[in-house]
Amino acid sequence: MFHRFANPARFSRIASAVLPWSAAITVILFAAGIWFALFASPADYQQGQTVRIMYVHVPSAWMAMACYTFIAVMSVIALVWKHPLADIAAKAAAPLGAAFTIIVLVTGSLWGKPTWGTWWVWDARLTSVLVLFFLYLGHIALTHAFDNPQRGARAAAVLALVGFVNIPIIKFSVDWWNTLHQPASLTRLDTPAIDSSMLTPLLLMAFAFMLYFVTMLLVRMRADLNAARTRALRLSAAERATAS
Amino acid sequence: MQGLTTHDLACIRGERAVFAGLNIAVNPGRALLLSGANGSGKSSLLRVLAGLLPAAEGRIEWEGTDIAEDPDAHRARVAYVGHMDPLKLSMTATENLAFWARLYGMEPETEAALHQFSIAALGDVPARYLSAGQKRRLNLARLAIGQNSPAGPSLWLLDEPATGLDPGAVSMLANSILAHLSSEGVAIVSTHGGRLDELLDGHADRFSISAGAP
Amino acid sequence: MIGLALIVRRELKLAFRGGTDAVIAVVFFVLAAVLFPFGVGTDPQMLPRIGGGIIWVVALLAAMLSLERMFASDHEDGSLDLLYLSPVPLGTLALGKALAHWLTTGILLLIAAPVLALLYNLPGTAIGALAASMLLGTPVLSLVGGIGAALTLGARRGGVLLALLILPLYIPVLIFGAGAIDGAVAGRPIGPQLMVLGGFLLAALALAPWATAAALRQAIE
Repeated sequence: MFHRFANPARFSRIASAVLPWSAAITVILFAAGIWFALFASPADYQQGQTVRIMYVHVPSAWMAMACYTFIAVMSVIALVWKHPLADIAAKAAAPLGAAFTIIVLVTGSLWGKPTWGTWWVWDARLTSVLVLFFLYLGHIALTHAFDNPQRGARAAAVLALVGFVNIPIIKFSVDWWNTLHQPASLTRLDTPAIDSSMLTPLLLMAFAFMLYFVTMLLVRMRADLNAARTRALRLSAAERATAS
Repeated sequence: MQGLTTHDLACIRGERAVFAGLNIAVNPGRALLLSGANGSGKSSLLRVLAGLLPAAEGRIEWEGTDIAEDPDAHRARVAYVGHMDPLKLSMTATENLAFWARLYGMEPETEAALHQFSIAALGDVPARYLSAGQKRRLNLARLAIGQNSPAGPSLWLLDEPATGLDPGAVSMLANSILAHLSSEGVAIVSTHGGRLDELLDGHADRFSISAGAP
Repeated sequence: MIGLALIVRRELKLAFRGGTDAVIAVVFFVLAAVLFPFGVGTDPQMLPRIGGGIIWVVALLAAMLSLERMFASDHEDGSLDLLYLSPVPLGTLALGKALAHWLTTGILLLIAAPVLALLYNLPGTAIGALAASMLLGTPVLSLVGGIGAALTLGARRGGVLLALLILPLYIPVLIFGAGAIDGAVAGRPIGPQLMVLGGFLLAALALAPWATAAALRQAIE
């Protein structure tokens, strides 16, 4: 009867099996990453202790963009193959992406004050990340703007694809325009521009953020599926009541 | 010779399965009268058949060919009349009708079409000043335009077309449908019973949609 | 092509008869731009520096006012279903609607803009830059706005939502549109900015009708 739960049921089983592991690994990675970031890595010779903001700022910036890319990919799957889980995944990912983007903007601002002497500059990188935040907000608002949740999901999918033009702009803004923002610190793993003592906490934090995203995504998707199932059961109960 | 057939057709609106496992068959020259309670999915079925809604499961065939193979050809053979009257209130009756005729690549011979539904005198009146019944007649006049053109639509999908019509207009509608059937057309009409059903009796099969659902 | 002409003609007819929408957009444009000097002061040295940016910001907001109705009445009265079922592709419909929106809004803004330029003391060269940048930029507003109008069809609080969706996408046009005027005021060449705006217009012409059509398809379902 409710065909969209046919394969979501399998998803729920997989999610339940994966969740304890991903949650545990997230905690371990965060613990290790924070220890390395705060105690086991040196201060920067130019920036001093403030460089430690990088260990939150950079991974959340990566995740903010990765999350939007994830939503865009899910949107293609939702629009082309009409896979029901893709809609739910995109819907679940959007607030997480918005949160990562807020973290980038706030930590960037905190980092900018001591190093550049200002909380905010209107350069290409900062502006395009701010636009990314608005795109996330638009996506979330559009998802919830319709009485029919599926209509909201599909409209948000189209928006996600339109907004995807912003991602390359963010990525390359540092190279295209001469701005205050420093260029990418990690372009190739074999010859990184930063020392390995800083690379270790950075990568640890990046993986921690990534697994946090996976964990929260699974939690939110499962909750959404359960809510949908509850609505469906209520509806069929109401229908049976009307029929009898 | 088959007209329209569906195989295990299912439709989901939002998160609700409206109908499932629906099998209907309508031969050329026949009408199908859809009945069923409110919310049973008559409108959804007509929208699925028109290609406005995707079917969740199953397939629709026209003369033995899946319509999904050539959606453009399917749209060209459909004349759809929905719940609402798609009229622009600031345009006259003739302008409204002529726009749809031209958009569908048909001759905008509005005079004859308006005459068929006895609203020829209202041709120059903006749709704003038409009564609900007159608006419905104007909407139905689109069918007459298709009927009078050489490659008009062969599949009529009418969603409670008699709503708001007086008995005279119901007869005009019935005559149009009968003329369409006599030229080997197919009509699927949702109704709540009444005069239209009686007038089409003998040319129509009946299908109760709630009985078709599991 | 015939379909496009039919749709544009119908929209213009409807706008001409029914609507004060377009007029309201232009009145809003002038009124809002006139408000700024009261807020920021009327220093004749400063006004030319901020004038280009203000005129462009207000133009974005004015263009947005009439966007919400682009597809709304066709959605409400069932016309959208028939437009979809017609042999004319949805992309053509989207293009026609955007073109009609530009003809009824963008052109009026374009005509009113030089008047505002005089109020802001812009030099003659900057007025030329303003006209050129708006000629290239305002069609982009209509084309991209069509996507937002189609996405918010049938949404609760459609108007506010439309602003949230569309304004971030308007930022590039704003940057280069206002940049062209600033350049002209400062005596720099404005060719590069106009080229970028032209590029936006080409990209919007190619992609926006397609995205709008996808959004309309979702609205019909």
